[in-house]
Formats: sequence, structure tokens, C-alpha cells
Amino acid sequence: MSAPQTAAKAPAKTIISFENITKRYGKVVAVDNVSLTIEEGEFFSLLGPSGCGKTTLLRMLAGFETPTEGRILIDGQDVSEIPPNKRPVNMVFQSYAVFPHMTVAQNVAYGLKVDGIGAKECAERVEEALALVKLEGYGPRKPDQLSGGQRQRVALARALVKRPRVLLLDEPLSALDAKLREQMRSELTQLQDKVGITFIMVTHDQDEALAMACRCAVMNRGLLQQVATPSDLYEFPNSRFVADFIGQVNLFEGQLVVDEPDHAVIDSAEVGVPIYLDHGVTGATGSTVWAAIRPEKIEIYKRIDGAEMIKMEDAPQGHNVVAGTITHLAYLGSETVFDVTLMTGHSVKVVRSNLTRWDQEDFSWDEPVWLSWHACSPAMLTA
Amino acid sequence: MEQSWRKAKSVFALVLGPPLFWLVLFFLIPLAIVWVYSFGTNIGLTQIAFTGTFSNYTRAIEPLYVGIFVKSVGVAALTTGLCIVLGFPVALAITFAPDKLKAWLILLIMLPFWTNLLIRTYALIAVLRDEGYVNMTYHWLWTHAGGLMTFAGLKPLGDFVPLELLHNNFAVVFGLVYVHLPFMVLPLYSALDRLDRSLLEASLDLGAGHARTMLQIVAPLALPGIASGILITFIPALGAYLTPDLLGGPDSQMIANIIERQFKRANDWPFGAALSFLLMYMTFIAIALQAVLAKRNAGAKA
Repeated sequence: MSAPQTAAKAPAKTIISFENITKRYGKVVAVDNVSLTIEEGEFFSLLGPSGCGKTTLLRMLAGFETPTEGRILIDGQDVSEIPPNKRPVNMVFQSYAVFPHMTVAQNVAYGLKVDGIGAKECAERVEEALALVKLEGYGPRKPDQLSGGQRQRVALARALVKRPRVLLLDEPLSALDAKLREQMRSELTQLQDKVGITFIMVTHDQDEALAMACRCAVMNRGLLQQVATPSDLYEFPNSRFVADFIGQVNLFEGQLVVDEPDHAVIDSAEVGVPIYLDHGVTGATGSTVWAAIRPEKIEIYKRIDGAEMIKMEDAPQGHNVVAGTITHLAYLGSETVFDVTLMTGHSVKVVRSNLTRWDQEDFSWDEPVWLSWHACSPAMLTA
Repeated sequence: MEQSWRKAKSVFALVLGPPLFWLVLFFLIPLAIVWVYSFGTNIGLTQIAFTGTFSNYTRAIEPLYVGIFVKSVGVAALTTGLCIVLGFPVALAITFAPDKLKAWLILLIMLPFWTNLLIRTYALIAVLRDEGYVNMTYHWLWTHAGGLMTFAGLKPLGDFVPLELLHNNFAVVFGLVYVHLPFMVLPLYSALDRLDRSLLEASLDLGAGHARTMLQIVAPLALPGIASGILITFIPALGAYLTPDLLGGPDSQMIANIIERQFKRANDWPFGAALSFLLMYMTFIAIALQAVLAKRNAGAKA
């Protein structure tokens, strides 16, 4: 089912654009000059730590907050003067905000009654919406007879029944328990695929954003840091903040000493050996840069004292290989997480998949090891 | 909790004893005496014989007194209704006021409690009487408007006649609303303040206007607050004595004024006692009604 839907999405059309949006509360800048476009049919995620301005951005789109500066376009139309009840967007609230004094069916029908839709069509559409969120037969129930997950489905049905241009989801999974959260992730993406409506989700959970969204916008302190697909965010972060916020990362500060079109070298006092990259970068030689290496992209080998230093085949001798000692290891079943302290005193995180059933016996605490990485593994950051 | 006080019976008795003793001695026993009086007959100036007669009650259901009862209920209901109409927007405004302002607004609502009811009622007389502040302002406007009209070459307004604001039913209802408004605002406010704001936003988000949101979301959810507001406004208003006594005219007697007259000027304690108990039964009915409604409401929810 997903394949033709994805194909249909191909002619990308901008549905929402934020143009230089700034929101101030007194002296506090909640959102700082954010410009962003969201395409029709996308599952877009606004990701960032709490207080980064992502919820404010969403609430401005819904109409509950007014931008101090800039404007928001929905389908090319400036919505600044349009109140929340006239906007073609609907929201699923973090608390779900299911009306407690109404039955499930009345909750879902509320938005349709407001629009003056006839009883017959209204009943049909409520039925349809409840089926969509797998709540058939729950119509006569009251919200306090429902579980948290079911209440969220009611909130979803209530918003979707209005057939909005855009569905806004404010931390939709944060109130659910871990197991249900996992399940709702895939259900929400399937639902989005089915209805073909643009979804914009606010979350502080990077796993959630990576797992669900087509594209994510990472925000920090009101500023837009990076807008990219989940894999680009992970593999090609544009700043230390993004590299650190998305997944785990080892950040090494150093000086850019060689910058050729086909390779670059960073001299890092923290690592003790030069870091060799297989691509040129657009940085000024001599400037301070950071090499970001993901823990699973570092290989770990036993080191016997006196033995010759191993060599990476894609880097010159003495580059990308460093000696260290395991100071901590955590066996997590599918993988083992090592804390390795280098000769320089700097600590490095390494993740190694346990590919065979004897893997975990290979390493122990305080064991001397070699760490190495390929020339393509480090991402170089200038900010 | 239950376990512990069952075990420590002596502590329980010690804690509960004094207030219980107080309540029995100064509340239940006098109430019982009055109840017994209501079945008695006056013999002589100060003596009452217990005769077991129902004549006091049969007299109380004579049209004259039934009329007063009905009128009292009517005045109390009107007062309560006006308190809701006036109090709801006030409570709403406090709920949505900035946090810093909230405490001050609530203080303003409670400020009248710091002054004795008698003084407040006399202050109201000073406002409403013929030479009071309202009529003073009205007179000033009248005179100046008249002057202006003469100036414009129109016919002058004629003689000033002060508004009749005091010693009538209007004054009684006005006074009762004035006294009871805080009792309505506070429970309404506490109900509205508990309301999840996102419910209001959800209603707006689904396309509803503010009026529909108020009627279909806010009002039903504030119903428990409205019910308790009605109760604590209606009951004291029904038994109001001071306000109709000071602000009312000859035709605005309420049941409490009649009862007072029986105990004092008419010196007919048995009849006064019978009227008192009838009033109390009516109050009980009001409370029971509210309890039944609340239970049905809770039942519908579960």
C-alpha cells in the first residue's frame, strides 16, 4: 500500500511556509527568525529539547499564538489574521483534550456539528473516523472508560474527521507507556500514509522523530538548527548540537591542518593521532573544527603490548588508529557499549554488535585495545 | 486510617468529644426545644404548653403564609439567577487573568467579607436612598441636561423626581445579589480554574466559536461549581432577614422577617417555631435535590 502512495507524493507542493517567524514573550525569544517550508503529504517532525520553541511554532500554526514578526502561509495564504477556528488545520493535543462530558461519538462529531453537517453524513463520517483509528463500537463510551491509548485515538479521530489540510500532533506519544508508544509509532505512520494528510509532529524524543518522520527540523533555543531527512541528520549533522542531540557521538576538537579536494586531516590533541577524512571540506586551514564519529563506526581490537600498531587501509600510517584502555563496558545483548580511555585521557564511546554468541567473551575491563575508524566515518563540523 | 482510630478509641473520643458535646448542648438541644414548641400552644405571656397540636402548622399553610413562602423562594431564586449571570463572567475573567493579577482579583471579591453585613447594608442605604449617591448623580445629570436643553432652545425637563430605589422589592433583590455574589463567584472560579485549558483550545481548533465553546464545553464542565454556587447562594438568600428588613418596603417581607415577628413583637413562639421548621425542611429539600442531581451526574459519568 505504501509504495503507490509514496509515488503519488512525488510532485512536491509547499503546503506550509514559515517566513522569518519570531516570537517573543517580553524579553524571552521563544522562536528566533525561523523560516521553514513543509510539503504536502509529508510527515514532518519538529524536534528539539524542551523550551526550544518547537511547541510555540506549532501553536502559532494552529492559531493559539501570534508571531511577533514574520508570517505563516498555509496553501500560499497568509493566515496571520485567521483565528484558530477558521484554519484548515487540526491539532491532537498532548493531553488529548478529549471532552470528558461527551461520549466518544459526540467528541468525534463535535467538529462536524460546528460545520453544520447533517446528522446522517455526520454519523457516517464519525463511524468512518472511528474505524480509521480502530475504535469501532466505542462510540457510546465515555472518555473515562477508555485507556490512555484509546483516548489518543479519539483525539486523532476527532481531528481527522474534519479532513484538515494539515494535522498537528503535539508530543502525541509522550503520555503513553513504552510498549504502546512503540506500537503507536508505526500505527501513526501507517495512518498518515492511508489518509495522505500532511502531519506535523512536535517531539523531544529523537528516536520517535527518526522513526516516524520523512523530514525533521531540529531546533535549539528558538533557532532552527537543521532541516533534513532522519538519515541525513544522523550521518551528516551540520553542527555539534545536532550531532550530539541525534543519537550518541564522539566529538573531537582539533585544527584543520590539510584541506585538499580528496582528503583532509584534523590534528586533535584530544585523540593524540591525526584524523584523516576521505573528502575535502570548505574550511580554512588552521581553524578549529570538530570531528564527530558515531560509536558504532569505531572498531575495537585487542592490543598486545609491544605489537605493531595496526593500519587502516584507507588512511595513511598513524592516522585513524589510536591506543586506549577499556574503562567500562556494558553488555546490552544485541551490542556491547565500551568506554575507552585514550592515552590523552579523553574518553571514547564505542558500540560493537555482538554478531556471534561468543562475541561478548572477547573483551574485559581494563583491557588494552586499538580503536580505529574508516576515513569516511568522521563528520567534520565547523560549528 | 480507619484501622488506627478504631484501635485508639480513647484518642478518638477525646478528639471528637468536645465538639460533639458543644454541638449537642448548643445546637441540637435548642433545636429540639424549638421543634417541641412548634407543637405547643401559648398560655400566658411567657408560658408555652406542649399540647401536641398541629394548629401552628395548619396556620402556616394558610394562603397568607404560603404566599410569603412562595415569594421568599421567588426572591431567592431571582437572586441566585442574577448571581449566576453576573458571577459567571467575573469568574471567567479571573480564571483567564494573568497569574499575578489573580490573587488581587480574588482578594477584591472577598473584600466585602471583611466588613459587617449590617454596615454593608447601611452603606447600601446610603447609596440607594432618595438623597443617596445614585440619585445625587442622577439629579446632577438631570439639572445639567435640563440646562443644556434650555441652552439649545428646547423645552426644559421639568421637575426632578428621585428614583425610588429603596424600601421596595428591587432594593431587596439588589441587596441580596450584592451580599451573595462572592458566594457564587468563588465556587464558579474554582470550577473554571480546574478546567483543562486545552479543552477550550480543542473546541476552537475544531472550528467552534467562543460562544459555542462556552455553552457546550465550559458550562457543562463547570456544572459542579455552578451547582454548589447555586446552593450556597440560594439557601442563605431564602432565609435572608437583614436585607429585606432594612432595604425592603412593607410588601417585601420574606419568611425570616415573619418568623422574627413571631418570636418578638407577636410573641407567638409556637407559630414562629413551626414556620422556622418549615423553612428548614425547604432548605433540606434544596440540599437533597442538589445531592441527587450530583449523584446522577456522577452516575452518568461512570
